[in-house]
Amino acid sequence: MSLLRQGSAAAAAAAPPDTPVRRGRGTVTAGRSAGPRTGRRSSRTRHQLMGLFLITPFTLLFLAFLVAPLGYAFWLSLRTSTLVGGDHFSWFANYQQAFTDHQFLSGLARVALFGVVQIPLMLGLALLGALLIDEVGSRLAKVFRMTLFMPYAVPAVIGALMWGFLYSPTFGPVQSLTHALGLGSVDLLSHSLMLTSLGNIVTWQWTGYNMIVLYAALQGLPREVYEAAKLDGAGPVQTALRIKIPMVSSALVLTLMFTIIGTLQFFTEPRVLRPIASSVITPDYTPNLYAYNLAFQYSEFNYSAAISFALGAVVFVGSYLFLFAARRRSGLK
Amino acid sequence: MTTAVATPAVPATHHARRKARVSKGRVTVNVVMVAMILYFLMPFWWLVVAATKNNDALFSTAALWFHSPGSIVDNLRQLFTYNDGEYLRWMGNTVVYAGVSGVGATAVATFAGYAFAKYRFPGRNLLFSSLLGAIMVPATALAIPTYLLLSKVALTDTMWAVILPSLLNPFGVYLVRVYVQDSLPDELLEAARVDGAGELRVLFNVALPTLKPALVTVLLFSMVGTWNNFFLPLVMLNNDKLFPLTVGLQSWYAGAMVQSGANALFTLVVVGSLVAILPLILAFLLLQRYWRGGLTVGSLK
Repeated sequence: MSLLRQGSAAAAAAAPPDTPVRRGRGTVTAGRSAGPRTGRRSSRTRHQLMGLFLITPFTLLFLAFLVAPLGYAFWLSLRTSTLVGGDHFSWFANYQQAFTDHQFLSGLARVALFGVVQIPLMLGLALLGALLIDEVGSRLAKVFRMTLFMPYAVPAVIGALMWGFLYSPTFGPVQSLTHALGLGSVDLLSHSLMLTSLGNIVTWQWTGYNMIVLYAALQGLPREVYEAAKLDGAGPVQTALRIKIPMVSSALVLTLMFTIIGTLQFFTEPRVLRPIASSVITPDYTPNLYAYNLAFQYSEFNYSAAISFALGAVVFVGSYLFLFAARRRSGLK
Repeated sequence: MTTAVATPAVPATHHARRKARVSKGRVTVNVVMVAMILYFLMPFWWLVVAATKNNDALFSTAALWFHSPGSIVDNLRQLFTYNDGEYLRWMGNTVVYAGVSGVGATAVATFAGYAFAKYRFPGRNLLFSSLLGAIMVPATALAIPTYLLLSKVALTDTMWAVILPSLLNPFGVYLVRVYVQDSLPDELLEAARVDGAGELRVLFNVALPTLKPALVTVLLFSMVGTWNNFFLPLVMLNNDKLFPLTVGLQSWYAGAMVQSGANALFTLVVVGSLVAILPLILAFLLLQRYWRGGLTVGSLK
């Protein structure tokens, strides 16, 4: 198709030299009528070539650092390498192993539990904040917006480091607080509280980001709707619940999706806190931590590739289908 | 207001009651906001306070208040000289990674986003559909597979291993595309072409100046993304001379724990964290508009 079009365009471009130059120049009308036609065709080729030229760097990077790694990981994941048997093709044995592997499954269950509690809490807080700053235009609201968003600019590693210090059972301020409240010593890095403590770090880091996204969506809504609601006697709370929240539901779904994806990949915070709580945060604490340790501690590259690929591919296919459906609905081409 | 004055008694009290209810609500809202501000600021406050303490004071004095004599100058000197000044090297590495990846990713995203918006070429729809899926794939999911692939071509444990994968920024492409569609009319480009400008001239002299806000946003997000990245360099790099700040600080922290007790490394981790986030906070405060620009597109489309 494209070759054919380029071919005919090239033919059209080659045409002018055949036609007598005199005629082209002599008769103004003939020159005018021929000019645009050949010009348009050759410019279409140029147009296509320019498009391809501009897109090529991206295409190459896309192939090299998205398609190829996923493809290679998939290929590796279908093989098994043992000291005795050597390297051989084993179909889906690694995936089979993963779904009966207690370590992998418990990590997955932990991340799921984490998500079920932390995600609604954080998005609820973000939504509350967004509704507040949308309703109240005060200077305090501005400070509020900036302060909540600020942790987003901090590297996750440093966020986790700071909270690691703050959680410290020996000198952290959280300890002083629980003592002051008469709760005695509370070990925030213990087995029972670690997931909560990690949830607090993630909430601190990401609430503001989600709030700004939701706030932007709220700001995009037509103001007349609120006026109408106000005339009907709706207070700010009713307006928020009945009008604003339903109208930003697509932004909410989007933040939810990004958050679920991030939670599935949970890695940095547990990895950073591992040195101060090594008995609690085991090498298989989250699926991604497990994949990392399989590759770099135990050199089980094939099995690690299977878990990485499963985590990445599920996200890719899932979000693609989701976006495809959402794009259809919103009409964005 | 005027109606309240004109019609006496009943409406006025009604009005007052309503006003009281509203201001009560406002007080609650303000209390909630102040409480949340304090909570979100607390770690920053702690970091600033802790950075002024020496190692003994860090562990023995109240965590959220200053202790005199402060030792911030001494801490900074230690930070920059410890282990042959490896912190400065990490900072240099981070600047290189963030700078090269940021500029490169922005250039790639600009060309691609512009091409998606203004050109038709073979494979365009297929590529754009895959782009939408790619936006969702988090970089962490790709790090280990990319490591396995790059180790085949002996590129791991080099600066390229961190820079090259960071050049791919599907969201940046998407953002530029949306921005071009919304703010760059075809007529403008067509007029330049009629005036005899070639395609590249049109791009550089007509399109790019209009796209500047979008480019700053993409640059900001790419640079900060690379500056903050942890998993990719952690996976790729073995040689601690190539570490960025995130991986370096984490290695200090882990090292301090191994040696246990009141190790001087803890102070360095604290001061090092503060120095590492200062440029980010500055960029954040000065470039607010561009941050929000990127997120607005994300929320609406």
